[in-house]
Amino acid sequence: MAQLKTREVLFAPIFANNPIALQILGICSALAITTKLSTTVTMCLAVIFVLTLSNFFVSVIRNMIPSNIRIIVQMTIITALVIVVDQFLQAYAFQLSRELSVFVGLIITNCIVLGRAEAFAMQNPPWISAVDGFGNALGYSVVLLAVGFSRELFGSGSVFGVQLMALASEGGWYIPNGLMLLPPSAFFLIGGFIWILRSVRVEQVETEPYEIGPNTRTSPAF
Amino acid sequence: MKDKNSIGNVLRVAVGVCLVCAVIVSTAAVTLRPLQEENRAAFRQLNVLRAAGLYEPGMNVSAAFERIERRIIDFDTGSYVDPPGGFDPVRAVRDPAQSRALSGDPAGIGRRTHYGEVFLAYDDGGQLERIILPVHAYGLWSTMYAFLALEPDLRTVAGISFFEHGETPGLGGEIDNPRWQENWVGRRVRDQAGNAVFRVDRGRTPEGVADADYRVDGLTGATITSKGVENMVRFWLGEEGYGTYLTRLESRIRAGEVM
Repeated sequence: MAQLKTREVLFAPIFANNPIALQILGICSALAITTKLSTTVTMCLAVIFVLTLSNFFVSVIRNMIPSNIRIIVQMTIITALVIVVDQFLQAYAFQLSRELSVFVGLIITNCIVLGRAEAFAMQNPPWISAVDGFGNALGYSVVLLAVGFSRELFGSGSVFGVQLMALASEGGWYIPNGLMLLPPSAFFLIGGFIWILRSVRVEQVETEPYEIGPNTRTSPAF
Repeated sequence: MKDKNSIGNVLRVAVGVCLVCAVIVSTAAVTLRPLQEENRAAFRQLNVLRAAGLYEPGMNVSAAFERIERRIIDFDTGSYVDPPGGFDPVRAVRDPAQSRALSGDPAGIGRRTHYGEVFLAYDDGGQLERIILPVHAYGLWSTMYAFLALEPDLRTVAGISFFEHGETPGLGGEIDNPRWQENWVGRRVRDQAGNAVFRVDRGRTPEGVADADYRVDGLTGATITSKGVENMVRFWLGEEGYGTYLTRLESRIRAGEVM
């Protein structure tokens, strides 16, 4: 097996192999908590913490984990880390933890976390696994921050709660786009993100698995 | 490791991982619990103050809360009670001995406790300034929790503060919009006879209606949430809610027993 370079493992998931844009994982939380940047940033930090440490700990005991209970062992480690994060938020960032509500707990079911544990940490030593977890969490964060920024700016006219565009309802000029506050807008934004990414990096465009035939066949008689 | 998949090793790893994780999780939970409880209590106090219109950003919440007295009442008799061991509304609503199932149930809350909390705010001269009632009802997706503050005439709204709900952000979720909550100030929720009368309109309250005082603007795109809010006020100020207590309190205020 070729030696993995730390740099490559760290930076590849950000654009070249982004977990959301290319692997289309972890969409659920990307829809739910990106209406405001403050919650988005908290979520990103939580995922960075959980993904880095879960990859590290899974990798530390990877040679001991029996293969028939490996998923549940990974889940136990991930769950423990997520609960610790949740408890910390409730103690030190109460308002944010109220806004994030169940979505901190749902990091447990975020496919990126379990996916990296299973796909990478089970085969690689601890240090490089932690780097891989960190890199993937950064890739997740880049998309989330882009979506969160657009949604807060166009949905509420503010960034990090600072009003940049005066709202019409408060005597200003900007009529906020209500769609931006609803979950479907995150689909459009992520779609747009993927489109831009694939226009720049053409190699990410998948080849069609088959070609659709023409609907009607022209008869040789004509 | 040739016997990685043996039953012995499976059990060893399973028990080991569980033990380590359990210790980490319980340490975090136990060491952080005092802080979390403090946060929760402070958040409740803050919302009581906000409903009463006594909150200013950056103020010391627990110091301001010293002017507020918490009393427990019996909904059916309307009198103050002092249950031994205190009263925990969250626990009581799940306890069949401390609550009963509602028939009809317009507010969609299922059960109501026998006892309830009220908060009485006094001004510097010891005069009763606000009565703050915890209320809740089902909206579109979730149970909405609020504090409703009344003026000492027990008819006029001094303020409302929704502090927990899961309504659609931007639509029903606008119930925690301070600008909408401002509309409530000065509205009436009980008529002269003490009956709960209140309406949340669809959209704006029409101009020139006779009972405009008893109505508040509805939220656009949130008909069901608005209806839930209306039912909440009607239920909790009615016979099955604080109605009996408020009638009693009113006659005591008239008699001069309560300042």
